Amino acid sequence: MAGTTAAHGDHQEHKPLSFFQRWFLSTNHKDIGTLYLIFAIIAGLIGGTLSVVMRMELQEPGIQIFHGLAHMVYGFEGDAAIDGGKQMFNVFTTAHALIMIFFMVMPALIGGFANWMIPLMIGAPDMAFPRMNNISFWLIVPAFVLVLISMFVEGPAGAYGAGGGWTLYPPFSTSGQPGPAMDFAILGIHIAGASSILGAINFITTIFNMRAPGMTMHKMPLFAWSVLITAFLLLLSLPVLAGGITMLLTDRNFGTAFFAPEGGGDPILYQHLFWFFGHPEVYILILPGFGIVSHIISTFARKPIFGYLGMAYAMVAIGAVGFIVWAHHMYTVGLSLNTQRYFVFATMVIAVPTGIKVFSWIATMWGGSIRFATPMLWAMGFVLLFTIGGVTGVQLANAGLDRAMHDTYYVVAHFHYVLSLGAVFAIFAAWYYWFPKMTGYMYSEFVGKLHFWVMFIGVNLVFFPQHFLGLAGMPRRYIDYPDAFAGWNLVSSYGSYVSAFGVLIFLYGVFDAFAKKRVAGDNPWGEGANTLEWQLSSPPPFHQWEQLPKIK
Amino acid sequence: MKNKAIAGLTALGSLLLAQSAFADQPFDWQKGLQPAATSIMEEIRWFEQYTLWFIVPVTLLVLVLLAVVIVRFRESANPVPSRTSHNTAIEVIWTLGPVIALLFLAIPSFQLLTRQLAPTEEPELTIKATGYQWYWGYEYQEGEDPVSFDSLLLQDADRAAAGKEDRAVYPRLLAVDNEVVVPVGKHVRLLVTAGDVIHAFAMPSFGVKIDAVPGRMNETWFKADREGLFYGQCSELCGKDHAYMPIAIRVVSQDAFDTWLAAAATNVDEANKALMASVDGAEKSVAVAQTAAQ
Repeated sequence: MAGTTAAHGDHQEHKPLSFFQRWFLSTNHKDIGTLYLIFAIIAGLIGGTLSVVMRMELQEPGIQIFHGLAHMVYGFEGDAAIDGGKQMFNVFTTAHALIMIFFMVMPALIGGFANWMIPLMIGAPDMAFPRMNNISFWLIVPAFVLVLISMFVEGPAGAYGAGGGWTLYPPFSTSGQPGPAMDFAILGIHIAGASSILGAINFITTIFNMRAPGMTMHKMPLFAWSVLITAFLLLLSLPVLAGGITMLLTDRNFGTAFFAPEGGGDPILYQHLFWFFGHPEVYILILPGFGIVSHIISTFARKPIFGYLGMAYAMVAIGAVGFIVWAHHMYTVGLSLNTQRYFVFATMVIAVPTGIKVFSWIATMWGGSIRFATPMLWAMGFVLLFTIGGVTGVQLANAGLDRAMHDTYYVVAHFHYVLSLGAVFAIFAAWYYWFPKMTGYMYSEFVGKLHFWVMFIGVNLVFFPQHFLGLAGMPRRYIDYPDAFAGWNLVSSYGSYVSAFGVLIFLYGVFDAFAKKRVAGDNPWGEGANTLEWQLSSPPPFHQWEQLPKIK
Repeated sequence: MKNKAIAGLTALGSLLLAQSAFADQPFDWQKGLQPAATSIMEEIRWFEQYTLWFIVPVTLLVLVLLAVVIVRFRESANPVPSRTSHNTAIEVIWTLGPVIALLFLAIPSFQLLTRQLAPTEEPELTIKATGYQWYWGYEYQEGEDPVSFDSLLLQDADRAAAGKEDRAVYPRLLAVDNEVVVPVGKHVRLLVTAGDVIHAFAMPSFGVKIDAVPGRMNETWFKADREGLFYGQCSELCGKDHAYMPIAIRVVSQDAFDTWLAAAATNVDEANKALMASVDGAEKSVAVAQTAAQ
């Protein structure tokens, strides 16, 4: 063992030798976080492109582009191109949702920012299981590839792709689409789920066991709280999804009849299983954003977070109640009166902790000395737009009213306000907030602010008119609509182009920051940024906290 | 105030449309729910407006507080931040405030839900709707000869033959070849199921939406309080032609319904034509009478 001494000498730095070792065999939470962020950006660009193409299609009544796309991609001719295009539109809605949920928002917030920042913030040298961290990432890549492949193989007889919506309701996802596309999509979700479960185990272990001396749970940064709760939601809900979609697979391929009524099964059973996962999932998407926004508001208001314990336990409450409200996605399936009453009541309860959070964010700003740097703009945008999405959620909670809104664009507008304008705004807020810490470079304030304003206007133009479409009765997942819906659809499509331009500004901003190499300094945000990551250099050393920080 | 003005305008808009000869369907730049044709939808419309009285002020409150924060607590206006991080009183207020507001929402919400799911009257007519890829099948479970027919999207080529060339009354993607016909003012029970994948039966102006699930028989009801032609669309993703399987219900007088049902037992096409002729004739005579009165 001649190399032992040398290896020992390297121990302080511990840098892997080659590019391949560093990025493909990585056990370093920061490198894996970076990989996740790059992955999320790529997936987000693909998922975003799908949405812009759908908005182009919906810009006017009639079929504009999907028959042409079906001809280009699948080689359909004539009338077959129209039919192929209709299925392709459903494939786009399905893939857009799956990609944005499993391959953009979750990798960005949990794999990316949480991986990067949780060890830094709690004073840990790395994640508890570094090698498991690596496999979490390398599972998400083939999962994404499987979902992408599903778009190009046979789905329904004579057409391509899995087009059942991200919920994959049977029988349309079983007997309705016999081709292998659905199997690819299901396996993709399976692997993404396994990746997330491993990640969740890692975060729970890390946060429970590796906090710096003196950092009690009640002194832990709110982002760590939010990720801890998110990890528990993942750990408890994903196995249920895995069970549900495994039953889909066996129904499809091995002759079982879990969800097939002709064999004694029940399609509604799948919906219960799916939404038992699906509702916690939407909190999985937004909770890390809650944590991030709390830190950013506190930093730029130069004030401690208002009502810290209330904020932490509001998230615990949201996470817990999130498990017992799932059937509010199913008010029209034929649930009994008492069942609907219960789910209305339980769903409304969630508004209370959510309200506590919104008001506490405002109270954190109240009396502060606020600097409107780019991350703060995104965070304040988040508070406003998330509120709009939240209050329409309160409307939808009422089964009696949901009767009119279920499966219309009102629902689409609602969940894009909380996710596209909530979770995504939180991601951008986190990006600008931690970019100087992660890279050591300062982004351009001008480009960052321009990005914010273009996106803010764009996404509101996309989604606000969809409330009107939904009230007027326009159903979701329609490639074509009655002519009366044309007006607001046109506005919504223009908004989508503005948002797409905003994404280009974002990419330019990233390029600009790396090209100009403005040195950010260890703590560019000043005294308000008092979590542990700002005590490290920018970028932080390959291994940090070799001497554990002491929390008083 | 603004909210009320918007509501007023919307109501005015829908009133104007309801008065025109147009069928009940969405209209250009519509911003609210479709006009009601049942008491349930009336209640849904009321409840939607009622919820706006809670959610719009809450959103405006957040907006105003953010604006105040931006103006008063910007770095230049307030260079020294306070260190306040607790205020038990205000935390109790913003916990209990929403609880009370939710109670005010919940009471009419539960009333509406109960009225929808626990009808007090016995049904006077039962119709079964079955969703297929991609059309609806209807069955009237009445009398000696049960009437049943399929209802498909009206193709442009068939408009002339069907006498449905007026695109204002028979709009693209909403008009069908065979409408469901029901009597006005009668409690109609609707049984809904599906033959292949899940569909959903929706009729916005009736306040009705219920999933059509294979292997299940779902039940809902409506009682139309005026005559007319009403449109809805399939509301659960069911495949490539999900957007092309509309639902159309023609509400007519009991007499016209009885005549139609008897005729439909032997020939649905002829029964529909005769019904359309009588409905159009009635509309025309009303128009003539109005002109004469002027």
